[in-house]
Amino acid sequence: MMSITLMLNGEETVQSVEPRAILADLLREGCGLTGTHLGCEHGACGACTVALDGMAVRACVVLAVMCDGRTVETIEGTRGDPVMDVIRRHFHEHHALQCGFCTPGMLMMARDIIARHPCPDEALIRAQLSGQVCRCTGYMGIVAAIRAAAAELHPEAAARPTLTRNA
Amino acid sequence: MKPAPFAYARPADLAAATTLLAQGDGAAMAISGGQSLLVLMSLRLTAIETLVDLSRLPDLKRVEETATEVFLGAATTHAMVEDGRVPDPSRGLMAQVAAKIAYRAVRNLGTLGGSVALADPSADWPACLMALNAQAVIVGPDGARREAVEAFVRGPYETSLAAGEVIAGFAIPRLGPGARWGVAKVARKSGAFADSLAIVVEPGEGAPARVALAGTSSHAQLLPHVAAYLGGAPEIDPAALRAAVRADLTQVDPDADPYRLRCHGATVLKAVMEARAS
Repeated sequence: MMSITLMLNGEETVQSVEPRAILADLLREGCGLTGTHLGCEHGACGACTVALDGMAVRACVVLAVMCDGRTVETIEGTRGDPVMDVIRRHFHEHHALQCGFCTPGMLMMARDIIARHPCPDEALIRAQLSGQVCRCTGYMGIVAAIRAAAAELHPEAAARPTLTRNA
Repeated sequence: MKPAPFAYARPADLAAATTLLAQGDGAAMAISGGQSLLVLMSLRLTAIETLVDLSRLPDLKRVEETATEVFLGAATTHAMVEDGRVPDPSRGLMAQVAAKIAYRAVRNLGTLGGSVALADPSADWPACLMALNAQAVIVGPDGARREAVEAFVRGPYETSLAAGEVIAGFAIPRLGPGARWGVAKVARKSGAFADSLAIVVEPGEGAPARVALAGTSSHAQLLPHVAAYLGGAPEIDPAALRAAVRADLTQVDPDADPYRLRCHGATVLKAVMEARAS
């Protein structure tokens, strides 16, 4: 077992982990943060997306020991984040979830997409979401929610004429 | 799905890392972003006794520029290239390739060095870097050496790395203002591994074209017939180009089924047309 220190959702925590433990298992079983969902456990479905040093990553393809000394934010850590509050409300209003299994990962990715693309069009959102699997909604509501949230968060970008851009 | 138990080491510098890897004698494996390796470990497709973490070594994050080339450290991530956070020797080609690798959450951690060292047949960077005529800079217990990327990658998941050796980075020649490039990829869904990936670079100024193909049953390789055809063809004749592709595929992907052959033909043609239209 190895001792690691994480800045987890704003609080420093010391955890004892096996080298083979993936970050998602540490979060769920070691820290009780079960909002991070594990779907495929091999980097294909995106359900376990969290932020590591502010970057979106998949917690199932990150070793917990490799996060020693780094900052991790899970869906639980986004309570009270004004940007995530807007995205969450639009997910609700646009029926962007049914069973909710993919939703924590979708929300973490949605915030990342809007941070990098203030005014994303549908094609861009779909391309950026292609690593997040949802088996219920057919994605229509999710894409609409992200567009609407981006427009509310960045009204100045939404007012500009859309340029053609690569996804 | 969890990896089998292994020992973990985080050496403080590159010399310590090469020593650990050399002592491991094949059972020690380097990890950087881990975006392919951890999947292989979770699926128990690979057995590793000691994992040597290279992800914090400053030597692998080095970026240098000269008038003629750019050196990108092996720890440069796909997202750094995609976002233009490192210098670009390729007049936009590398950013275009980077943006189409897997998904953003993978690109944030996955590295150039890891992609080339693993040498997955469908990986993007081995093909891109050989099309750009890049050299891998390799550091080991006996010092540093350089090798052209097309010689470094030897087969599926096979490279010339000896026990204890680590890729330090890539020396990539700058493309001049007259250079043209094109890239085309066929994948079942965006972000999935490529069924075929073709990258065409015509450096201009009398330098020969370089055409690389990935998604074969072996490893990314150059297509010499296609490159020679482009050198003598101011205008592209699709039939003649297809004949050149077929001549290369007998060497590069001899066991390809009809679907894969059509994919390769389509990606090479599309990449050539994109280069010529630029």
